[in-house]
Amino acid sequence: MQISGAQMVIEALIAEEVEVVFGYPGGAIMNVYDEIYKQHSFQHVLTRHEQAAVHAAEGYAKATGKVGVAMITSGPGFTNGVTGLADAYMDSIPLVVISGQVPMSLIGTDAFQEIDAVGISRSCTKHNYLVTDAADLPRILKEAFYIARTGRPGPVHVDIPKDVTAQIATFDYSKEVELETYKPTTKGNARQIKKAIDAIAHSKRPLLYLGGGVISSGAAELVREFSTMTQIPAVETFMARGTLRYDDPLLISMLGMHGSYAANMAMSETDLVIGLGARFDDRVTGKLSEFAKNAQIIHVDIDPASVSKLVHAHFPIVGDVKNVLEQMIPLAKEQIKPERYETWHNTIANFNKLHPLSYKEEGDRLKPQWVIERIGQLLGDNANISTDVGQHQMWSAQFYPFTRPRQWVSSGGLGTMGFGFPAALGVKRADPERVSINITGDGSILMNIQELMTAVEYKLPVINVILNNNFLGMVRQWQTLFYDKRHSQTDLSTQPDFVKLAEAFGGVGYRVNTKEEFDAALKDAIDKNVVAIIDVVVNRFENVLPMVPAGGSLFNMMLEYKEK
Amino acid sequence: MMEQTERRVISVIVMNEASVLSRIVGLFSGRGYNIESLTVAPIPDSKYSRITIVTAGSVRVVEQITKQLHKLIPVLKVYEHADLVETEIALVKIPMSESLGDIEALTHAYNGRIVNVGSDTMIAMVADEPTRVNHFLEAIKRFHPKEIVRSGSVALER
Repeated sequence: MQISGAQMVIEALIAEEVEVVFGYPGGAIMNVYDEIYKQHSFQHVLTRHEQAAVHAAEGYAKATGKVGVAMITSGPGFTNGVTGLADAYMDSIPLVVISGQVPMSLIGTDAFQEIDAVGISRSCTKHNYLVTDAADLPRILKEAFYIARTGRPGPVHVDIPKDVTAQIATFDYSKEVELETYKPTTKGNARQIKKAIDAIAHSKRPLLYLGGGVISSGAAELVREFSTMTQIPAVETFMARGTLRYDDPLLISMLGMHGSYAANMAMSETDLVIGLGARFDDRVTGKLSEFAKNAQIIHVDIDPASVSKLVHAHFPIVGDVKNVLEQMIPLAKEQIKPERYETWHNTIANFNKLHPLSYKEEGDRLKPQWVIERIGQLLGDNANISTDVGQHQMWSAQFYPFTRPRQWVSSGGLGTMGFGFPAALGVKRADPERVSINITGDGSILMNIQELMTAVEYKLPVINVILNNNFLGMVRQWQTLFYDKRHSQTDLSTQPDFVKLAEAFGGVGYRVNTKEEFDAALKDAIDKNVVAIIDVVVNRFENVLPMVPAGGSLFNMMLEYKEK
Repeated sequence: MMEQTERRVISVIVMNEASVLSRIVGLFSGRGYNIESLTVAPIPDSKYSRITIVTAGSVRVVEQITKQLHKLIPVLKVYEHADLVETEIALVKIPMSESLGDIEALTHAYNGRIVNVGSDTMIAMVADEPTRVNHFLEAIKRFHPKEIVRSGSVALER
C-alpha cells in the first residue's frame, strides 16, 4: 500500500486497535490531523493543553492496561507534553506520544516552533525516535507500541517531521516486531524461585511487599491467591493500592513515609521481604541502612536494573510478576505451611491495635479524611479514584476502601500536580460506567483547570472533589514541622469562586461546609452527569500522619503532631 | 557510606544508529556516573558499533551502570567483568629544538615512533596500555611537550 506518512500514522493506530487519541493540533502535525478528520475508526479528544493530553492518555492506560496515545505538535506543544512523558516514565505507564516536528530541511536552523524534541525526551522516555523517512514509519510505530507495553512498560516518543508526514512510501504493518537488542525476560529463573520458596517455608515472619508492578503485570488475582493460600500478610506501596481488597485480613496497609504504623513496623520486624514489582523507592524505605534490617530479601521484578539497585536482594528473580507467581504457586502449595505464621499475625494485630490509621473529628470544619472515607462509603467499588499531589493524595491512599486493581490512578514517582483531572478524564473514557472521582486540592486543581472544557465537550462527567484548606497543604505541613511555621508562599487564601468557575465552563459546582451538604452535592453531581467541582471547606491545619520524616527510619514515625 | 571506587572499563556493543551515543552519554550524566574516557567506532562489516567507556565507581555503582546500559533499547551487549586487553594512543607535539634521537628511543620503548616532523615541531605517537601511556607522558615531560592528546582506551575481551 503506497500512502503518505500521515496516513500511515492513522493506519498504524487502527492496526493497534486504538480507540481514543488525546491531543492538540498545531502547524507541524497538521498533515496527521487532516487524516484524523477523514477517519472514523477512533475518537480524538481535544484537550485544552498538551500536558493534559498526555495525562489523559496516562489515565486511560492505567485504567485499561492498554497503551495510551497522545498527539501533539512541535516546539511548545511538545515541551508542554514533557511533564506527562516524565510522569509516565516514573510510573511505568505504557504510552505512545506522537509529536510533529519542523520539516527535515529546517531541522537545526532554529525554525519556528522547532525544538530538539528527541534530545529532550531521551531522559524521560523508555525509548524515542526521530523519523527521517516515511518508509521507516510502519516499523517505528510498531516498535513503539511493542516497547511501550512489554517488559517494564513506559512511554515511547515518536517525533515526525512535517515533510515525512507528507512523503509517500510503502505501508506494511504485517511484520512481527523483531528487535535484536530488546528481549525482556519474562519468566523467572526456576532455581531462584525454588530457593525463594524454601526461604519462605523456613521464615517465621515473611511479608509480601507489593508494588505497582503487580498491577501493571495483571498479577493482582494471583497475589490474592498466593497470600490467601500461604496466609502471608502484605503491605502495599502507594502504587499498588487495590491489589488486595481493603478488608482483606492479610492486608496491613500502605507502608512508607505516610504508611500506617502497622505496615512500617511489620517491615521493620519481618525476617523475609517478598518484594513483588516494587522498587524500594526512597518514600517507601526511609533510611536505607535501617530498612527491613532483620530480613532477607526476595525481589521479583521485570526490570533487572531495579533489582539490588538500592537494597541488596538475597534472592533476585528477574521476570514478570505474573509469570513468576504462576511458577511459585504450585511450589508454595506443597511447601508452605500457613499455620507457621500465627505468632506473626498476632504481632501484626497488636501493631494495628496500637496505632490504627485514624483522625479526630473536632470543631465545625470537616476533616479531609472524613470526606475520603465518605466517598468510599457512598461509592466504594463503583468509583475510580484519581488524585493530584499533596496531602489529599496521601489521605486518599490511606483512607479510600480500594477493592480492585486499576481503581487507583495517581502520580506516584514524579508527583505531578495537575495530573489528577486530565487523568480522571482518561479513566472516565476508559470506564464510563463507573463514577470517575478526582480528589484534589485547592493548589493542584488550578494546574489543569482548563480541562473543564474538555470534560464538557466530550461528556466526561468527572467529579472533582477539592479538599480546600486554603493552603498548599503538604508544603505547609513541612513548613510547620521542619521550618518553624514559616509558611512561605503556601497560603492560598486568594481563590477563585470554584462554583462559578465550574458553571462558567458549563459544569456544576458546589460549595460544601457540612456532612449533609457533601452527601447532597455528591448525589446531585452524579445525577446531573456533567463535570463537577465539589469545593469542600476542610480543616486548615490538618496534617498527614503518621509520618516518617525524609531520611528517617520506618520504625521512627511521627504519630501525632503536638503544638509547640 | 563510602564505598571503594575503582577504575573500570566497560565495553558496549550497540546498534550503529543515530543518537545512540547521546543515549549512552545521557545515561551517564543523568545518573551522575563519571566518564574518564569514551571511544566509539563502527565494527567493520556489521550494523554495530563498539563503545569503550572508562569509568570509576564502586562495585555497586558499576553493576548499576551495566544494568542501565543494558536497558537502553539499541544496546546489544555489555562487557564489564570480562578480561579485557586495553590500549590507548597518545600524540605529543615537541619542539624541534629537543633531541630527536632521545625522543625516538623513548617512544620506541612504548610501542611508538615519531609520526611527523615539521620545521618547528615534531609529533611523537605511542600506543600502549593506559598505565604505560601515563609513564610515557611522565617521561616525555623533560622534552617540553607543547601539546598532548590521548585517544581514550579501546579494549577487547581476551
